[in-house]
This record gives sequence, structure tokens and C-alpha cells, in this order.
Amino acid sequence: MATASDTAGPRSGAPAVNTSETIISIEGMHKWFGQFHVLKDINLDVKRGERIVICGPSGSGKSTLIRCINRLEEHQQGSIVVEGTELTGNLKNIEIIRSEVGMVFQSFNLFPHLTVLENCTLALVWVRKMPRAKAQEIAMGYLERVRIPEQAEKYPGQLSGGQQQRVAIARSLCMNPRIMLFDEPTSALDPEMIKEVLDVMVELAESGMTMLVVTHEMGFATAVAHRVIFMDAGEIIEQNEPSEFFNHPRHERTKLFLSQILSH
Amino acid sequence: MAAVPIEDRGLLARLWGNQETRSVIVQIATMAIVFALLALVLRNVAINLEAIGKEFSFDFLTAPAAYDITFSPFIDYTSRDTHFTAAAVGILNTLLVAVCGIAAASVLGVTMGILRLSRNWLVNRIVYVFLEFTRNVPVLLHILLVHGIVVTTLPPPRRAIDLGGTAFVSNRGFFAPSPVFEEGSGIVAAVFVIAVVAALAFRRWAKRVQVETGKIYSVFWICTAIIGGATAVAFLALGAPLSWDLPALKGFNFQGGLALRPEFLALWLALSYYTACFIAEIVRAGILAVSHGQTEAAYALGLRPNRNLQLVVLPQALRIIVPPLVSQYLNLTKNSSLAIAIGYMDIVATIGGISLMQTGKEMETMLIVLGVYLVFSLLISAFMNWFNRSIRYKER
Amino acid sequence: MTGPGAPAPYAPGTHPDLPPPVRTTGVVGWARQNLFSSPFNVVLTLLGVWFLASVIPPMAEWALVKSIWTAESRAECWGKMAVPEEAACWAFIKGRLSLFVYGFYPVEERWRVDLSFVLLVFAIVPVLYDRLPGRRHWFWYVAAFPFLAGWLLVGGFGLAPVETDQFGGFMLTLIIGVTGISFSLPIGIALALGRTSSMPVLRILCVLFIEFIRGVPLIALLFVASTMLNYFLPPGTSFDLLMRVLIMVTLFASAYIAEVVRGGLQGVPKGQAEAADSLGLSYWKAQRLIVLPQALKISIPGIVNTFIGLYKDTTLVLIIGMLDPLGIGRASLADAVWAGLAREVYLFIAVFFFVCCFGMSRYSLYLERKLDTGRESEK
Repeated sequence: MATASDTAGPRSGAPAVNTSETIISIEGMHKWFGQFHVLKDINLDVKRGERIVICGPSGSGKSTLIRCINRLEEHQQGSIVVEGTELTGNLKNIEIIRSEVGMVFQSFNLFPHLTVLENCTLALVWVRKMPRAKAQEIAMGYLERVRIPEQAEKYPGQLSGGQQQRVAIARSLCMNPRIMLFDEPTSALDPEMIKEVLDVMVELAESGMTMLVVTHEMGFATAVAHRVIFMDAGEIIEQNEPSEFFNHPRHERTKLFLSQILSH
Repeated sequence: MAAVPIEDRGLLARLWGNQETRSVIVQIATMAIVFALLALVLRNVAINLEAIGKEFSFDFLTAPAAYDITFSPFIDYTSRDTHFTAAAVGILNTLLVAVCGIAAASVLGVTMGILRLSRNWLVNRIVYVFLEFTRNVPVLLHILLVHGIVVTTLPPPRRAIDLGGTAFVSNRGFFAPSPVFEEGSGIVAAVFVIAVVAALAFRRWAKRVQVETGKIYSVFWICTAIIGGATAVAFLALGAPLSWDLPALKGFNFQGGLALRPEFLALWLALSYYTACFIAEIVRAGILAVSHGQTEAAYALGLRPNRNLQLVVLPQALRIIVPPLVSQYLNLTKNSSLAIAIGYMDIVATIGGISLMQTGKEMETMLIVLGVYLVFSLLISAFMNWFNRSIRYKER
Repeated sequence: MTGPGAPAPYAPGTHPDLPPPVRTTGVVGWARQNLFSSPFNVVLTLLGVWFLASVIPPMAEWALVKSIWTAESRAECWGKMAVPEEAACWAFIKGRLSLFVYGFYPVEERWRVDLSFVLLVFAIVPVLYDRLPGRRHWFWYVAAFPFLAGWLLVGGFGLAPVETDQFGGFMLTLIIGVTGISFSLPIGIALALGRTSSMPVLRILCVLFIEFIRGVPLIALLFVASTMLNYFLPPGTSFDLLMRVLIMVTLFASAYIAEVVRGGLQGVPKGQAEAADSLGLSYWKAQRLIVLPQALKISIPGIVNTFIGLYKDTTLVLIIGMLDPLGIGRASLADAVWAGLAREVYLFIAVFFFVCCFGMSRYSLYLERKLDTGRESEK
């Protein structure tokens, strides 16, 4: 992946978190897929407004980690507390947390049978129980924010990958989440479309949203993140603020990874 | 070939060398061969018919059929009626078993398909074994087996299996009470219709309320309550104007009530569970074909599992499910022609069986049978084409 | 709640792989996840157990434990049981096994059927198993097999002729099934190419043929074959009923194959044909080398399903009076000495068909997996 510092726009909110309030707290969390130990003793606190980039080789468990935060994956040991609500088998809690946490997927996962606008209003109408007009107003607001209001009546299949991913971001934002999770949002995109998605994400960062982003876009990390986390083989190996992380990696595996990812 | 300049070759060779003219030549030749074959066949038919002194005509349709049809629930048929009436009885019997079979197969198939998706290993495996065994055995064998079980292993009417004194199972068929509508039942029916209309109106109203205020009613349950409640109240208020005609043993068989004869029963059951096995696989495959990412996205937005099913998974799965499902319905209808093996009087057994034997009109009767099935198929294909066009996703 | 061995003093990057917690593994964990994950699932599981407990033991008792394997008549068979009719009487099947296999083929000529069967095995192996050495040369034999087997079974040219109405049983099923399968594939492919061709006349003819065949039930076509077809032939000629049935079954299956293959052809990206065009390949070469191999690969499940359907449909010939296993079974049930053993007969035949058809569907799964490897790596 290219270094995208040129694409990431102006250096926004310099590494300083507004509050010290903890919004996500993960303690001693383990997860297994069958016999495979995929997440090992994860401990992570996220402050309100904090922006974290998670990177690491494929198969290191970074996607699984953020998928555990809104319970798309179930962890087997340890605890995850989001906004004071602990994630357990309790369906009520899962529902509360999912409506607080937005998620953007690598493969967009837009609903192909609904228009862009319907994609955005679906949850407002059926989860927030909003009148349609109001839901559409909100949705149009976010579609404008991601700069594709003119595509509202089209179907996802008629849009380019970059446009689809921006719709997906708008769809998540409609629920007015406190936290946004991004699972490799640009990995499935053609190079010329990556910028338009990253620009939207940078803008979102400037608005003070708490963000956890799994990505290899190091330019984005440098420009936006308060903290970069490096994962390998299911563990958090190293975390630091971006400039420290990239310039003075401490761990051998981090150095190896960075040399691989920045070498071309 | 390239060595010879094109102009130096014969006209035919030049035409053959050109792609467009070649295609015209091929098509003309094909037409000529097909017409020649058709002419030959028609000539053979004419000569053959003349040789045995038969003529091609459909006049026999107006002649008395002179055979009995034991099962004619819709038309009052006697052996003095015409072959045409017999054909009509046959068509209606085909449609009856097809409609009943489609209904039962759908319910059973969807149920088994959902059970196959269940995370319950035991139930999943039981259904899987049943599906695989049933699917891989000829449907004719199923029909004969069920018929054989009904006729040979069920007890005769005198020792019929008694289901609570009102319904009986015997080797002469299944006998159930049939409803007798008394005075006032018309009003109950009217109330029922009104309640259905009211429920539909409520559904529209609820939809509008949701659009305007966002409030969501559990439409399904309220509609069920409206229809069930209103009908029940009317029924009781009018003094329950309904009685049951119970089947009773008279002589060697049951009289009265609703009688399902063994042939119908065997054909219906066998076609239903056989087709249901294919439907189950279609339903399962259709739901699995909706990528898991869709469900994850719906969950991430905070939709509950049942809403995810209703709003995200089913609308997509149905597009995949309906086309093969309809072709299974068509298969069931065509398979109902196996009725002749157990003596159920469908279109093949009446006009293509007994009428053919009695009149010797092989050509005419077979043309009628083929024509009837072709009409069914064309109607269904027309529906499918319309459906496929109306659900296609818009893409770039 | 932190795990039992919680405060783990591992330096970053040194955490070992640990086994998952006991409650999620082993028999207990498996049962918890797969059988008792929710109250509803507990109910389902209990229902399943109840169902198995009430079905399996009586069935096993009927079919195996208490069944009778030697007897001369139904009366004798049932006499040997504690309670008449309580178990299966396999003696009936055993006594008629040769009838079920050969039909009424003359006893002294049955070696020809056996030999044909052995030859069939040799013909099938190179088709199914692609790592056979010298597979190319085998195909000459495979192509010659239908004629070889036809000669062996019908006779003539030095062998005593056998009338085809003496054919019957599983042998008849195999004859119709194998003939239908081997001839319907090429005809079906030709029809599919015709239907997708750019020549309107060819296209319309193929569409008419395919839609006609698919619109009517096979039994009606078999009736046509048995009653009406002779009118179409030149006066004085007639041909064998089995031959007519073979033709009808083949045409019937080929229409379905054609639709499956057409689906496959549509699944091949347009660029493939264009690429072949740009290489200067002729239509036929492009189809044979580029388009068809890919289309057939996509169509394998559909083709095998059609074959399975054809194989099961061979039973329909009993309705026009031919004695396939089901026909033999029904005739046997009419025998007063044995009447009333429908379950035994039908179960026996069902198992035969199940083994054949299930085998075919498993083979198609295997083939799909094998051929899919190339596409999987693209994703």
C-alpha cells in the first residue's frame, strides 16, 4: 500500500484527546476459533474522542478484535465494556451496544435490493422508529456529508466501489453512533477510489468521533490517529503515538512489518 | 485455402467463405431439411391411417365415453357423458392434486429447509438423511409405496383406525368429518370477508402511521386477531351455525363425511413429500446464498434477528428461491401424470388412457394430453419471465 | 470476569497458544453449542431423540432382527414369525433376485449380461477417474462400448438373438440409464449451442424443441412412443419398443441438459469468446477449446442432477408395460403365493436406486471441489 500522507489531507486534531473518559474497556480478553487461539490476553482502553489505527499482518486478529467490540464475534474469556455496558450473552446489552457502535466493512455490505436512501433510512425507521420524512432528512444530511446526495435514488449495484463505501459510512453515521469501527475500509477499493473514502474518514475524525480503524493506510494513521496499535499472532505487540510508532518502533516484529509495508 | 485468391473460386465457395452468406445457407438448408422431414412424417401418417381405415378427427370428443370415473369431485360425471367431459374431469383432477400437492409441498419443504439451517446438529442430520434418501429414490416408487401401504397394510373399514371417533383411516382411504353449513353461516362468512378487508385496511393504515410517525405496530398479530376474533364472535353470536357430517360405517365402507380415496391420498402424499425435499434444498441454498456480510451489516446497524430476516435476508433470498421453486411446482404438476400407475383419474388416465383404448384415436388423444401440459407450462413460464424481469437488480 | 489463570506475565509477542476453555470444547462444549444452545434447541433435540427412539428400533427389528431369509411362500414366512407380519420376509426377494437382475433374459445366455456389465465397469472407470494411465486410448473403447454391449445383449452376428421384451430388471434400468446419459450429453450440448447461436432459424428450432420437451411429462412422451410413433414411420416399418423408449428418454434428457449447458454458456464471460476470436480460432474451435470446457465445468452439478433424474425416470417404463425392477416387483406382488409383501419389494428397489443416485451426486460434489480449486485461488 502506498503511503497516503498526501491523500490524507491536513493534519487535524493533533494527538490530544479531549476528555479522559474511557468509552471502551477491554480486559484480559481471549478468543478462540475452534482450537485456534486467535486473540490472546487483549487489554485495551479507548478514551472518548480517541482515534486508534490497528495494523498488523493478515491473520493477526485485528479484524476479529474490532468485530468483538460489537459482538459480531463472541469472545470466550475476559471482559469488554462499552459505554458502561458489558458485552455478555445478554441480548438487551448487545442491542444497546450495537446501536451505539457503527461499523464499516471491507466489502461494503450494502443491501443490494434497497436504494442508497433506503439503505440509510432502514435502521432509522425500524430501530429508531422514526417517521420516514425525518429519517430521509437525516439520511440526506449524511449523504451530503459524504458528498453523494445525487445518488440517493440509485441502487448500490449502480455505484462505484468508492461511492458504495461512502454510502456505507453514511449509513452507519445515520444511527448517530458514539463509536465508529472501520474494518479495512479501503482494502477492496481501486487506488483512485481510496482517496475519496479516506477524505470522508478524515473529515469524520475532525468532528471528534471515536474511531477504531483497521487499515494499512499509514498516511492516514500519521495524519489522524492518536495511537497506532500493532498486532501480530493475536497479541497487541506495541502501541504508541504515530510519530513514535513509525520512527522508533521498539519491537523487532514491528520493525519487520513496517519495513515490509513501507518498502514499496 | 488462403493460397487460392478468393475471386478465382466458384460462386458457392465464395459464398461459403463469407461468414454472413454462410449463415444464410446453413439456415436455408436447415429449414429445407426440417420441412422435408415434416412432409415425410405427415405423408407417412396419412398413408398409415388410410391403411388401417382410420381418419384424423376430434369428433369422438362428443361421443359418449361409456366408462366410469370413480373420482370426480367437481363435475357430476356419469358414463353417459362425452369424452370431452371425461377430459375435463381429468384436467380438473390433475389440477386438484397439483394444487393440493403444491400447498403441502411448500409448507413441508420450507419447514425442512429451515430445519436444515438449524444449528441443532441432531435435527439437522435427521432431516438431511430423510432428504437424501427421498430425493434419490424415484417418485413413482414413492407413489407405489404409499399406495401399497394404504391399500395393503392399513386395516379394512370395519377395523379402521379411529381418530377420536370422527375421522377414520382405512385401506379405502381417509375419512374426515365434512362441515355442513347451516342458516346463518353465510353471515359468518360475510363477517370473515369484512374482517379480512378490515385487516388489510389496518395494514395500510399501520404502514402510513409508520411513515408519518415512525410508530411500528405488530401488524401480523393484530391482523390475525382482527380476523380470528371477528369471525369467532360472529360464529358464537349466531349460535354456531355449523355442524359436522361424520363419516359412518355402512356395509363395507364409510358413508358421508369427507372421503379422500387411497389413490388421491397416495398420489398427494407422495408427490408432496418428494417435491418438498427438493424445495427444502432450494430454500436452504437460497438463504445461504445471501452473504453473511448482509446479516452482519444489519446486526451492526442494530436490527434484531427477526427484522434482519424480514427486511434484509428474505427479500434477497426470495429472488434466488422463486425461479427454481416454480420449476419444482411445474415438476410436481408433470409428475402427477404418474397417477395412471395407481388408477387416479387424471388427464393422462382419462383421455390418454381409457378414451384412447376405447376409441383407438392414438394421435388425437395424445395431442390433447400434450396440449394440456404445454398450456400449463407456457402459463408458468410466462409468469416466471415476468417475475425474473421485475426482480432483477439494477446494476451498472 | 477474568479467566482463571488470568494475570499472565507474558512479554509482548511471547504469549503461547492456549487450549480453549473447557466449556467450549470436548463433548460437553460440542453438545452445548450444537444441541442445547437455546431453550428452543433443547426442545428440538428432545423431539429428535424421541423420534429416533421411536423409529429406529422398530425398523431395525422389522428389517433385520426378526426378518426371515428362507421360506417358500408368504404363508411359510409369516408362520416362522412369532406374530405374522411383524417382520420383513426377505426370502421373497432372495428367491427372485435373478428376476430382479435379469428380467426374463434366457438363463443360458445370461453370461452375456454379466460380460456387458463387466465391460461397462471398464468403460466407466476411465470416464470418472482422470488419473488412469493412457486415458486417451481408453476413450476409443468407451465410444465403442454402447455398440459392443448392444451386440452382446441383443445378439445376432454369431450370438443367439434375444428379443428385447425379455429384457428386464436392473439390467433394463442400466441399459436405459446408460444409453440416455451417454447420448443426451452430446445432443444437449448441440441444442444449447443452437439455442445460443446467432442464426435465428437454428435458434427458433432449438427453442421450440427444448420448450416442447420440457413442457410435457415424460410419461406422455412414452405413450407417444408406444402408441403414436409408428404412424410417423414409413408404412410397413416398425421398430422395437425398447429402441423407441431409448430414443424418447434420450431426447427428453437432452432438452434438460441443453438448458443446464445454456446456463453454463451464459456463465462464461463474454471476453473469453472474444479472446478466442482475436486469436483467429474458428467458431467450432473456439467453442471446443475455450468456451465449452468452462461452460461444462460450471454446469456439472446441473448435468449430474439431470442424469440422476433420468436414472430415476427409467422406472416410468413400467407404465407402458416394460419390466424394470419396479415392474418386476409389481408383477411379483401379483403372485398369489407371495402377495402382500409390498414393503419388502419397494424398500429393496429403493435401496438400489438410492445407492446409484447418491453415488452419482457424491461424485459430482467431488468433481466440483476438484475443478473449483482453480477459481478459488482467484478470489
